[in-house]
Amino acid sequence: MQAALHVANLSKSFGGSRALHNVEITIGHGEIHGVLGQNGCGKSTFVKLLAGFHHPDPGSRIELFGRAVSLPLTADESRRSGLSFVHQNLGLVPSLSVLENLRIAQLTGPGRWHIDWRRERRVAGDVFTRIGVDIDPMARIADLSAVDRALVAIARALESIRAAREHAGVPGLLVLDEPTPFLPHASVQKLFTLLRRIVADGASVILISHDIDEIMQITDRATVLRDGEVAGHFVTAEAGRDAIIEQIIGRRLAAAETDVRPPHPAGRGVAVAALKGESGQEISFDIDAGEILGVTGLAGAGFDRVLHHLFGSVRATGGTLRIGARQIQLSQLTPKAAIEHGIALLPGDRLGAGGVGALPLLDNLCIGTLGSFVRRGVLRRSRMLAHTRRLVAEFDVRPPAPAKPLSQFSGGNAQKAMLAKWLDRQPKLLLLEEPTQGVDVGARGQLWSAIRRAADGGASVLCGSSDHGELASLCDRVLILRQGRIICELGRGELTKEVIAARCYG
Amino acid sequence: MASLAVTAADRRRQWLERFALLGAWAAVIAAFSVALPGSFLSWTNFAVMFSSQAPAALLALALIVPLTAGDYDLSVGATVTLSSMLIGVLNVWHGMPIGWVIAIAFLAAAAVGAVNSVFIVYFRIPSLVVTLGMASLISGIVQWLSNSSTISGISPWLVDVAVGGQLFGITYAFYYALAVAAALWYLFEFTAAGRRLLFVGRGREVARLNGISVAGVRVGALIGSSVIAALSGIVYAGNLGSADPFSGTNFLLPAFAAAFLGATSIIPGRFNSWGTFLAVYFLATGINGLSMLGIPLWVTNVFNGAVLILAVTLSQLVRNREESEVG
Repeated sequence: MQAALHVANLSKSFGGSRALHNVEITIGHGEIHGVLGQNGCGKSTFVKLLAGFHHPDPGSRIELFGRAVSLPLTADESRRSGLSFVHQNLGLVPSLSVLENLRIAQLTGPGRWHIDWRRERRVAGDVFTRIGVDIDPMARIADLSAVDRALVAIARALESIRAAREHAGVPGLLVLDEPTPFLPHASVQKLFTLLRRIVADGASVILISHDIDEIMQITDRATVLRDGEVAGHFVTAEAGRDAIIEQIIGRRLAAAETDVRPPHPAGRGVAVAALKGESGQEISFDIDAGEILGVTGLAGAGFDRVLHHLFGSVRATGGTLRIGARQIQLSQLTPKAAIEHGIALLPGDRLGAGGVGALPLLDNLCIGTLGSFVRRGVLRRSRMLAHTRRLVAEFDVRPPAPAKPLSQFSGGNAQKAMLAKWLDRQPKLLLLEEPTQGVDVGARGQLWSAIRRAADGGASVLCGSSDHGELASLCDRVLILRQGRIICELGRGELTKEVIAARCYG
Repeated sequence: MASLAVTAADRRRQWLERFALLGAWAAVIAAFSVALPGSFLSWTNFAVMFSSQAPAALLALALIVPLTAGDYDLSVGATVTLSSMLIGVLNVWHGMPIGWVIAIAFLAAAAVGAVNSVFIVYFRIPSLVVTLGMASLISGIVQWLSNSSTISGISPWLVDVAVGGQLFGITYAFYYALAVAAALWYLFEFTAAGRRLLFVGRGREVARLNGISVAGVRVGALIGSSVIAALSGIVYAGNLGSADPFSGTNFLLPAFAAAFLGATSIIPGRFNSWGTFLAVYFLATGINGLSMLGIPLWVTNVFNGAVLILAVTLSQLVRNREESEVG
């Protein structure tokens, strides 16, 4: 059978560093092909090469539907050859309507002058009907749920594939770059249903992901990348999970992943009473010192808000937080005051809220405790450097390069650094928002160990996560929220990924 | 990780980049020295330029404070005019003692910064819009206060302080600008406040979640820029011994050009005081040489405008390179 896409000898270097080396991948017609690997393994470089953001190194060969093409393809060329992309950020304008986003290429295309809005709306409606999705074309993107936004982006990519099929007779290839990290589990299923429908029509799909379970569930075959090279190809139905993990990280999984913590010693922790946010519901709960409490729910359940209310970064409308002997009015809490009370928040948006990507690791690690580096009125760089070196060594941040901009670290290493910054202050209450989202398996184990160490040191930890596996492995207890209310509490004996998922949906 | 090793070539390139502007300045000086033998390359010519451009240098330095915090301040040019005209009106027309007048000039500027802040920080209006409006508003008020006339006869004390004495043949005015550059260098590089300023400019949300009072820092930066602009106006009045109601606006464009050009040198990718200081005199040398060659006045505008666009482009290129793509 002729392949949809055949890539050979694909290499890419940036300056001195090799991002991708002699990659060979073949994707069959009607196949869902996974590409997985740790952060920094070359997944994004691979996509960016296909999408024409980068020039590949000489010697790379690419055949698309049996025809040799030379990369980079312009956006127009790749559209015409049936290649279509959905990038992680989806490429939608939040303030514009679904219709405008869906039809942007057609609405603004060459030779276009007058727009018949009634016709456009009908076309958009047809598009959604065809793929079996129910979205109002007139809704604003910003008002949609995360999964509907992803579906709009995919629908738009499918339209361009359909156009290519009509004009050039090619079946089409859809490339999805990490479409799922922001989606709750049920929505992922919705997405996968759509993918199955797409391949049933003869098109092929490349799914870039770091989530092994998703790859196992939806793909026919997959390729593991490690350090810019192909670590192996496998047929999904025949592959074992552990073997894949080993291929991804190049070693056996650290014991931390399945480690069970001994029961935490009882002690004075924190108590949240009648916390009230936008939903108007009040919730109360305690976290003992040394306890890791998980909080989860479906998107929109408001579990992520709880974290921000307790840090003052999103103002609560009422409620109190008792931390040690102090009673804090949550409606008056600011991040600044929260930090002074010994509260720390690791935000989910690593490079938007956690740290500044363009600034060096050193500045990002020192920003919160600048006062401690000042001697005789002068901010001492040597002290900042020593502090950075210590944290980098302690938390195994790689590479240990204090002057490197944060954005140049892989997701896992950037996250280790951000966690290190907060743990170094020995917070009494540690708030974690999706602590290992978009982080590779190896770093995930290290982050969990660090969180456990903090709890063992007496911190109360509240971990908001939509990753049920993470909650099951990391937490002592899990609260499940729905529409701002606690609907269920799971204790030690009941914590498995499946139970948590079932309670979220059930 | 091949990228870890900083090669000698990398280091040389960085060093070149840091001091490229200095080299360009030397090249410009060399070119004009050849074109204008005898007259251009004299200590007197440069001494005059160093002191006459001191207000321009102060203005450019004023700008980099809010620029670092992520806000534009287009009203600084008008603030220069405001403070120098307040000195003219109050000191010359109303006979108020110069000490009082200077205090009032500073206070008025701080008030301008405070009003800017209210709209920018609390009503969240883009700084470009607020300060553009403020610039026009102040210019109008100044024209009303002064009947649009130039006021000469400013207190000899102020003139004395600005240009009364010399060090190495350069009047004091230059050293005031030098002192402010040094102070800002200290602030940006060696104080916690300077780091906060940088984080507020590069990542508002990051700063907020790290317990930094973002509003406070922005207000401080905007008031700071107005106050430094007032100092520029005061030195300007002292330099000339008079105050004219239209001068400040002409300073604005070159000051922006210098601020952005400065961000490509010394500490490439960041607004920094020494780079800015250098850029002011680099641009002034260009204008000085061109005018000695006898070029018509309109060329100055073309030169300043072109440099502004080029400087912003360059600084953008330098900054974008900070985030290269890996992974």
